[in-house]
Amino acid sequence: MIGNMYDVTVIGGGVIGSAIARELSKYQMNICVLEKEEDVCSGTSKANSAIVHAGYDAMPGTLKAKLNVEGNAMMDQLSKDLEFDFKRNTSIVLCFSEEDRPNLVKLYERGVANGVPGVKILNGDEVRELEPNVSKTVVAALLAPTGGIVCPFGLTIALAENACENGVEFKFNTEVKNIAKTDEGFSVETNQGTIRSKYIVNAAGVYADVMHNMVSSKKLHIVPRRGEYCLLDKEAGKHVSATIFQLPGKYGKGILVTPTVHGNLLVGPTAVDQDDKENTATTAEGLAEACEKATLSVDGVPFRQVITSFSGLRAHEDGDEFIIGEAEDAPGFFDAAGIESPGLSSAPAIGVYLAEMIANKAVVSKKAEFKATRKGFVKAASLPVEERAELIKERPDYGTIICRCENISEGEIVDAINRPLGARSMDAIKRRVRQGMGRCQGGFCTPKAMEILSRETGIKMEEICKNRKGSELIKGEE
Amino acid sequence: MIQHDIVIIGGGPAGLAAAVAARKAGVQDILILERDGVLGGILNQCIHNGFGLHTFKEELTGPEYAARFIEMAKEENIPYKLNTMVIDISKDREVAFINKEEGLQVIKAGAVILAMGCRERPRGALNIPGYRPAGIYSAGTAQRLMNMEGYMVGKEVVILGSGDIGLIMARRMTLEGATVKVVAELMPYSGGLKRNIVQCLDDFNIPLKLSHTVVNIHGKERVTGITIAEVGPDRKPVPGTEEYYSCDTLLLSCGLIPENELTRGMGVAMNPVTSGPMVNDKLETGTEGVFACGNVLHVHDLVDYVSEEATLAGKDAAAFVNQTEKVAGRVVTLTGENGVRYTVPQSMDIDNMNPLVTVRFRVGDVYKDRSICVYYDGKLISKMKKKVLAPGEMEQVILKKESFEEYPELKEIVIRTEEEK
Repeated sequence: MIGNMYDVTVIGGGVIGSAIARELSKYQMNICVLEKEEDVCSGTSKANSAIVHAGYDAMPGTLKAKLNVEGNAMMDQLSKDLEFDFKRNTSIVLCFSEEDRPNLVKLYERGVANGVPGVKILNGDEVRELEPNVSKTVVAALLAPTGGIVCPFGLTIALAENACENGVEFKFNTEVKNIAKTDEGFSVETNQGTIRSKYIVNAAGVYADVMHNMVSSKKLHIVPRRGEYCLLDKEAGKHVSATIFQLPGKYGKGILVTPTVHGNLLVGPTAVDQDDKENTATTAEGLAEACEKATLSVDGVPFRQVITSFSGLRAHEDGDEFIIGEAEDAPGFFDAAGIESPGLSSAPAIGVYLAEMIANKAVVSKKAEFKATRKGFVKAASLPVEERAELIKERPDYGTIICRCENISEGEIVDAINRPLGARSMDAIKRRVRQGMGRCQGGFCTPKAMEILSRETGIKMEEICKNRKGSELIKGEE
Repeated sequence: MIQHDIVIIGGGPAGLAAAVAARKAGVQDILILERDGVLGGILNQCIHNGFGLHTFKEELTGPEYAARFIEMAKEENIPYKLNTMVIDISKDREVAFINKEEGLQVIKAGAVILAMGCRERPRGALNIPGYRPAGIYSAGTAQRLMNMEGYMVGKEVVILGSGDIGLIMARRMTLEGATVKVVAELMPYSGGLKRNIVQCLDDFNIPLKLSHTVVNIHGKERVTGITIAEVGPDRKPVPGTEEYYSCDTLLLSCGLIPENELTRGMGVAMNPVTSGPMVNDKLETGTEGVFACGNVLHVHDLVDYVSEEATLAGKDAAAFVNQTEKVAGRVVTLTGENGVRYTVPQSMDIDNMNPLVTVRFRVGDVYKDRSICVYYDGKLISKMKKKVLAPGEMEQVILKKESFEEYPELKEIVIRTEEEK
C-alpha cells in the first residue's frame, strides 16, 4: 500500500464521505476512502434522527439551506437508483403558545425563502386531525410535506457500495495520523502506511477539525454535540405518522418524535456540548430529558416499549455553518466539515457540490461506464408469499430464520457478509440487514450470526468483534 | 393445502409434552414445528441439575429432562420439522411456516397448540445508561455461548437481576474460572428460586445486593467496569451510593417475556400482566381451537409445571379435534386480587370443565404468614396458610368441579392473599 498514488483521498466513510466518493466515481479519477473503523457508517452517520429535513430551518442564503433543499429533492430518485429505504412522511413543527406564534411564522417565511415546497401553517385542531396523539396544548404548527425519513445505514451503505462498484477503493481500520503537503499534492500518514494523493477530501465528521488543522493555519473548531435517543418497539411505531418537531431553540431543533422507515418510534435527541470526540455514552439524565420533552409534543408515548437507547455526536463547528470547499491556504485540500444537521438530508447534494468543485480543479471528464444503480439487499420477509417461496427454492438459506424479531434469514446475513464492502463485524451485519435490531436485541440470534460470520470469512469465533478491534465478544482462555 | 389434526408450534418441553398427551388421547395426525436444529428448546443449554423432581421424582439436568420427553415423542412416532419457523397463524388456524427444504408452506390445522416459550428482557428495555460496548449479554445468551458452543464470554462478571438464569450463570461462570463480583437486584427481594440463591450464590460467596441497580456501563469497545447504586423505595438510584466494579462482562437476568408475536398476529386477547394470551380452563385462547401452554402462556418457575400444563393443553386440543358437538356451559371469570398478580386460566366453563382444574398464579411481593383465599361471588370458599409467598415462585390452587354444584348463579372467582390475624 505504501507509495500508492491516488487522485483523491476521502477521509471518512460516513454518509458525507460516501456520497462524495460516489459522485467522484463518475469522473476519470483514482479514488480511495480512508475509514478508521471497520465499516462505513460508524460515526455520526449511524446515530442520528434519520430525518430528511424539508429545509425550513437554516437561514436563507446559507449552504445549510441550499444543500438541504437540494439534497431533499434528490432523495426520491436516489432511493430508487440505490434501493434504500426512504419515505416522505411530512414534518410538523409544533408551536405551544400564542407568544411563540411569530417564531413559527418566521420559520414558515424561512421555508418559503429557502424554496421548500408546500409549507403551510395549521391551527391546533388541524394538526390533531392529522396526528391525533399530538398534545392538546399545541396552538399551531408548520407543516412541510417534503419532510421525510430515511435509513441512515441504508443510505450510507448504498452510496458506499455503489462507489465501490464504480472503482472507489475503501480502506478500513485506517486512521489518519498526519497529513503533509508535497509537490504532487499530499502525503497522508496512517496507521497502515503512507498514502499519496493529489487531492484530499476531509469528511472526518467530529475529527474534521483535526484533519483540517494539519494543513491549514485557518483553524477550525468542532464541538461534538451529543444527542441521546430512545428507540421504541414496532408496536409503538404508528403512534405518530409524521415527524413531530418542537419550535427550534438555541441548541437545535428540540426533541422530535418520529416513526422510522422500519416502523419503530424514535424519540430524541438531547443536545449537550462536550470535548470528548469518542464519548457516545448515554446518561440517565439525558434519556429522561428526551422522554420528558417528547411528552410535551405527543400524548401517551408508550415508553415501556423502549427497546434500546443510544447517543450520537453532531459535528458542530463554531461558525454554525457547513464548511465545504477548498481550504484557503491549502490548495487541493477540500473540506466537508461542520456537517451537523441537516447533514444527512444534504449528503447527496454535498456530494455533487464538492465533486464538481474537485473535477473542475482537476480538469477531468466523466467516465462513460459509471453505473448509477445498485441492487439493494434482499428482504425476504417483505416479499409477497409466492416470491418468497420462489426465492427459497433458489437459495434455501433464505428459508432459515436466524433473527426471529426482524425475521432475518441466514441468506440475508450471508449477503451482508459477501457483498461489496461486506460486513466483518456484528454491528456491520446489523446495519445492513437488521439482524439483532428487534425487540430482543440479539438475545437469540447473536450466537448464530457469529457462527455465520466466522464460517463465511474465516474469522475465528474468539476474534469476532461487535465493531472495532477490542470489542471481541468472546473472552477465550488466556 | 396440507392438513394436520394438531399442529404444535415449538418443540421445547411444552410442545413435546403437549404432543405426547394429544397422541395418548387418540389423535394420530400431529406435527411439531421447531425453529431450532434440535428438539428440547432452552432445556438443552440448561446443563445444571434440578429438573424433574415433580415429574420423574428424580433430579435431572435440562438436557436429560428434555431427552425423556423427546424419547416419549419418538416412541409415539410423532412427526416434527426442525429449523422451521412459523411466520404466521391465521384465525382459521392456517399455519404458514418456512424452512430450507420446503420453502414456504401453509398447513390447515384442526387445532393449534402455541408453545413458543419466552425470551429475555434486553439491556435496551432496561434503559441502563452508559456506553454500548461488547460484553453485555442476557444471561441466556451467555449460557448458550458457554454450554452449547463452548466459549467463555467473560472473566470478571457483574450480574444485574436475580432471575433464575442469572443465578445459575453466576455459579456456572464461577465453576469455569470467572470471578462473579456481585449480583445486583433492583427489587428488595430476589426474582429467582430460593434454592438457587443458596446453591448458586451463597455456596460460592457471591454477594447479592438487593435494592441495587446498574447506573453506568463503562468501556468503549469492551466493558471495563460497571457502576451500581442503591435504589430507594421509588426504585430510583440514591445519589452518593454508587460503587464501581471493574469487570469485562455484564450479564442481565431481568425478567422473561413470553414470545407472543404469532399470537398477537392472530388478534387474540392478551393478558397485560402475563404478556400471554387469555385462556379458559381448557387452556384455549380467544381463537377457537388454538391452545397455549408453557412459558408462552405465562413464565413458569419449574419445567415440571410446564410439562403438567402442556399435558393438559394436549389433551384438551385432542378433545377439541375429536369432539362432535359442543354445548357451551356457564362461564365464570377468574381474577387475582390483593397481591395475586394474575391467574391462569382467566375464565372457566364450569359445566364442561375437567373434574379438577389447577389455577396458577404469582404474587407481587414477598409476603409472610398470609393465606391464599378463594372466593366464589364474594363468599370465602377455601383458605390455604402460607409461611412465605414470593414473586419468584409460582403458586397454585386446585378447583373441583363438584364445588360449583352449590353455586348455580356463579359469575366470578377471586383469588387473593390475606394476612393472618
